[in-house]
Amino acid sequence: MNEIKPYTLAVFSENTVGILNLISIVYTRRSINIESVSASTTAIPGIFKTTILSYSDRETMEKVVAQIEKAIYVVKAFLFTDDQIVHQEVALYKVPTEKLMDEEDLEKIIRHHNARILEITSDYTVIEKTGHTDETEALFNELKKYGLRQFVRSGRVCVTKDPIEHVSVYLSQRDKEEKLNN
Amino acid sequence: MEEKITGSEALMRCLESQGVDLVFGYPGGTIMPVYDKLFHYQNKIKHILTRHEQGAIHAAEGCARATGRTGVVIATSGPGATNLVTGIADARMDSTPLVVISGQVGTKVLGNDAFQETDFIDITNPISKWGILVKKAEDLPDIISKAFFIANTGRPGPVVIDLPRDVQLELIEWKGYKKCNFIRTYVHRPKFELKEIEKVANLLNTAERPLILAGRGVMVSNAERILGEIAEKGDIPVATTMLGLSVLPSRHPLNKGMLGMHGNIGPNIATNRADIILAVGMRFDDRIVGKVSEYAPNAKIIHIDIDASEMGRTINPYLTIHADAKDALTPLLPLIKQNTHTKWMDLFSKCERIEYEKVIKNQLKPGSDSLMTMAEVIRKVSDTVDADAILVTDVGQNQMSAVRYFQFSSPRSVITSGGLGTMGFGLPAAIGAKIGCPERPVCLFCGDGGFQMTLQELGTIMEYNVDVKIVILNNNFLGNVRQWQELFFGKRYSHTQLLNPDFIEIAKAYGIQGENVKTREEMSPAVERMIKTPGSYLLNVNIDPENNIFPMIYPGDAIDNIRLNESQKLNVLEL
Repeated sequence: MNEIKPYTLAVFSENTVGILNLISIVYTRRSINIESVSASTTAIPGIFKTTILSYSDRETMEKVVAQIEKAIYVVKAFLFTDDQIVHQEVALYKVPTEKLMDEEDLEKIIRHHNARILEITSDYTVIEKTGHTDETEALFNELKKYGLRQFVRSGRVCVTKDPIEHVSVYLSQRDKEEKLNN
Repeated sequence: MEEKITGSEALMRCLESQGVDLVFGYPGGTIMPVYDKLFHYQNKIKHILTRHEQGAIHAAEGCARATGRTGVVIATSGPGATNLVTGIADARMDSTPLVVISGQVGTKVLGNDAFQETDFIDITNPISKWGILVKKAEDLPDIISKAFFIANTGRPGPVVIDLPRDVQLELIEWKGYKKCNFIRTYVHRPKFELKEIEKVANLLNTAERPLILAGRGVMVSNAERILGEIAEKGDIPVATTMLGLSVLPSRHPLNKGMLGMHGNIGPNIATNRADIILAVGMRFDDRIVGKVSEYAPNAKIIHIDIDASEMGRTINPYLTIHADAKDALTPLLPLIKQNTHTKWMDLFSKCERIEYEKVIKNQLKPGSDSLMTMAEVIRKVSDTVDADAILVTDVGQNQMSAVRYFQFSSPRSVITSGGLGTMGFGLPAAIGAKIGCPERPVCLFCGDGGFQMTLQELGTIMEYNVDVKIVILNNNFLGNVRQWQELFFGKRYSHTQLLNPDFIEIAKAYGIQGENVKTREEMSPAVERMIKTPGSYLLNVNIDPENNIFPMIYPGDAIDNIRLNESQKLNVLEL
């Protein structure tokens, strides 16, 4: 129950001003660091999804979920351990082209890491890799020797392994209630 | 062509349509267009000008708590707004419905550190139920109707509406006002399965030692009567939280008193002996639970609350029902079987006897050569005033003593700052309570410390002729801190002694009658004069500076580890 491990929280909310603050203050209050965050609109019209990765214990995280769900704009928040979701990150690497051209192993590296090249100029090359943190980290370590100029990694995005799309079901139920209400 | 009106006019129309006829506030630069409209609306919306924004918000809280209606507060931006912060936090903790309207600098300069600008929505996000900055005047009807819906449904709380100055002046077409009754992302009345209620009934019907813990949520949902009937039918004792006091009349045979650190012995002991506990509209605050690992070890706890985030926050219940108290208790009542628990009730009688002998007697009837206690003054006021009086307290020893010794006959009779413990809450809250419920007497007890935190509100009393009976239980100390210094810090009274002014002269300057009470002989006639005299009245009563509040469960102790005084513990084996 109180083992510290990575927890991914998926928060579904209205797409509105200040929503990230409303979510993050619940973490701040308990002094839990946010390791990564990604946020964007979803397939459901008007609904926004924020995915947050942090390290904590289950009991604490369940309280975080309950407090986030109290925010008026929040539809639902779901807590996942890594085994419950398929998750992914994207990383970009900017490397001097000259160095890469000198290297015989370039093709091997790209193939081995299943990375792809987004842009090549005479000055720099941008490589993209998607994967888990350890995978993007591995390519990072490899490219360091080629004078890696810039490296950036996105927050985690995830989908559940659950067969039911709880948020859609819930929202259509709420829409029915609204009709009954009026 | 539809008529064009300003945002401020729209705000007035929204408030009027919402049924608001009373607001508390304090004007300033960025809210002036709204105040200009209040001038035109003064026959429809009464504005109470307090002497400080904190006074305005505590008064609105007092009014809301006494009436059950949403309190409305208006203040300007910057310092006007930040002066409301304590009240917003207080209202959040104690589930008080408020709509706070703050002025804001114009939208063109937002974020530029303009004169009297603060980021008020972000400041209040962690302590408000909802907050929104209005960008366009045409959004006002929708925002105001949502604000009132959110503030006073579900678990009530404070809502903040930040209103930039240019939005107050913007011309819009008035398209009417419709009260909000649904927000897709906000469930104000959660649904639950009736079979869960059957489970509750089975647990209670088969319990040998059942106990009901009632909080203010019961009164918020107007479920006092049903709760009383359930208790009577099942012969189940009821213990209340401090904010749940007056849910049943003090003299009701099943009202066994108050839980917690300074609560009655019976409810605390019984919590740890009960086999089934039904907790309704309360949140297992740490001052009620004490040492978590030794809390209610023999009980299956059923927790009914409208706030899901309170479920399992401090203790792990056996069964939780996320529901409005009345929604859950209504179907429960017919399922409760007529029952008697004579032996279980004996425990409470025994505890009451011990508490009377060891604590209450010495407080209510101390020796004639001893200094006055808080309890005897409070009980005298309670016995003298009409039975349906509202008790308002400040925070500290005065509060603990008042809630222990004042007696209640009707619900919504206690207004006190529970969760936040806000010193200075008392005087303005009493003013708001009286303005909200002019037909009920209002008695305020405060300490000499807390009274001085908001005593400028005597000016509000003077201006509006508010009839509040004020009793300062004056021990020339910050009494509660002093008690803890005595008990836990080797009697080192670090910065708790106060050199006080002549409170009666201060009252006099505000045209308020009053008298100093120095001796026990003077006390009874002075209280009687205070109650008899129309209008506000202030008694400054000299209390034994080292009068302590007992019984007490020391911080971190289990709730059946009860101290009867500084040197004696309750022997639980006797019970």
